[in-house]
Amino acid sequence: MSVKIRIPSPLRGFTNGADIVETEGANIGEVLNDLKAKANGIEPRLFKGPNQLNRFVNIYLNDEDIRFLKNLETPVKSGDEVSIVPAIAGG
Amino acid sequence: MSYVLGLKCKECGHRVPVSPVHVCEQCFGPYEVEYDYAAMKGKVTRESIASGPKSLWRYRDLLPVDVPVTGFNSGFTPFRKAKRLAQVLGCSNLWIKDDSCNYPTYSYKERVVSVAISKAVEFGFDTVGCASTGNLANSTAAHAAAAGIKCYVMIPHDLEQGKVLGSLIFGPTMVRIRGNYDDVNRLCTEIADKYGWAIVNVNLRPYYTEGAKTHGFEIAEQFGWKLPQHTVVPTAGGTILPKIYKAYQEFIQLGLVEDNKPKIYSAQAAGCNPVVTAIQKGVDIIEPQKPNTIAKSIAIGNPADGYYAYKVVKDSNGWGESASDREIVDAIKLLAKTEGIWTEPAGGTTLAAAIKLIQSGRIPKDESICVCITGNGLKTLEAVQNDLPQPRVIEAKLSEFDELLAENEAAEKKASARAEPVGAL
Ligand SMILES: Cc1ncc(COP(=O)(O)O)c(C=O)c1O
Ligand SMILES: [Zn+2]
Repeated sequence: MSVKIRIPSPLRGFTNGADIVETEGANIGEVLNDLKAKANGIEPRLFKGPNQLNRFVNIYLNDEDIRFLKNLETPVKSGDEVSIVPAIAGG
Repeated sequence: MSYVLGLKCKECGHRVPVSPVHVCEQCFGPYEVEYDYAAMKGKVTRESIASGPKSLWRYRDLLPVDVPVTGFNSGFTPFRKAKRLAQVLGCSNLWIKDDSCNYPTYSYKERVVSVAISKAVEFGFDTVGCASTGNLANSTAAHAAAAGIKCYVMIPHDLEQGKVLGSLIFGPTMVRIRGNYDDVNRLCTEIADKYGWAIVNVNLRPYYTEGAKTHGFEIAEQFGWKLPQHTVVPTAGGTILPKIYKAYQEFIQLGLVEDNKPKIYSAQAAGCNPVVTAIQKGVDIIEPQKPNTIAKSIAIGNPADGYYAYKVVKDSNGWGESASDREIVDAIKLLAKTEGIWTEPAGGTTLAAAIKLIQSGRIPKDESICVCITGNGLKTLEAVQNDLPQPRVIEAKLSEFDELLAENEAAEKKASARAEPVGAL
């Protein structure tokens, strides 16, 4: 089980500059937990409380916002790609 | 000359110097420009503003730009009393802020783009870009052409012809992306990250959004240095609504207008109303939606600043209302027939929502109301083309014209015999 997490530039300070981190887990919550373990200091940037993402953090599984799926409970499988995307202005 | 102190995160207060960054490195919240209002006191006055150019740059002291490079004819659009529309709706103090004629691409976006591109040049970028539902792409392409810098515009694949050609004519590289605006948006954050371009609504967002304040400044100045009691504003990504409120609050703080506790109302299409839904439910979590509406320019299902639009509406004791596609088209036609203003579906949405707010009593009929019209109908012919009469073709003979006129008059008589309810669209 390996799921790639794409790291946006404002967070690469916590991943030694890496834009992709390989993680393990059965759902989004679990792979993000694994990311927290691998990228020391990233947790408060993403989470404002246990299992509660910051307001402006959007998480995508492949091409879908996890809020259209099962949020942190959304199951993942090997080869999936998770993106962390900051919200941006409209247009 | 500049009163800018730096950037400050709207969520956690983290401060950084002026630079092309948009998300807080601490919490991912948006950065906002911070000004030294104390230093403005007595220097930024009604007189200093009124003596400025007749463009959005008359508010330069309240914008984060040192040297404007474009937009010298943008902004300062008409603000006028809508007497005939008011008659139909039974209100007495109804006003239109009309960005349908904002130069050069006819939408409110000239305001944000003029500021963003000036800032891009100041930062030394040679390429700008945007993720857009159409209007922003038009404006970015035009101002980039005028400023002589390279331009990439990214749009959803299914926009109206007028919006597509309205960008292409200025010679940008256009990329149409399979998906909705929220997909385009996500790609653009990755592009900004990878290529280091100035994407106006991504890494220039703190400056870009400030430009939207000028819509509010103009309303206050043109209303005679006072604020309408009720302002109805369209909401897509949630930029303009909070910025109009911020403009009002800045003028209040500087003592340029009296604080009459202005209320702000959000208008969205029923087919894409995440902010209005949150307002009506009273929950400050904006649930994303998959848009499905003719109001494509405001079809943003995951609005980045939706939370702030929600908050301003709640803090100001306003409300939110949505409009169906039918109501949007009817409002477009009503505005055209009563005031001679042709707006696009975003404007139709705003007027339709305003009408519902007035008819439901949320907005009292005898108080001052401003409806913000933010785009032009000539770009969205598709929205009304099946909704207008087919004009008849005749030979160039007076007899045929006489016949046609007689038929029309007869039809009109018949129609007015069926008593029409006043106030109906
Ligand atoms: C014509 C028009 N009006 C209003 C808006 C509202 O946008 P926002 O809420 O992102 O400021 C847009 C955005 O694209 C627009 O094109
Ligand atoms: Zn912050």
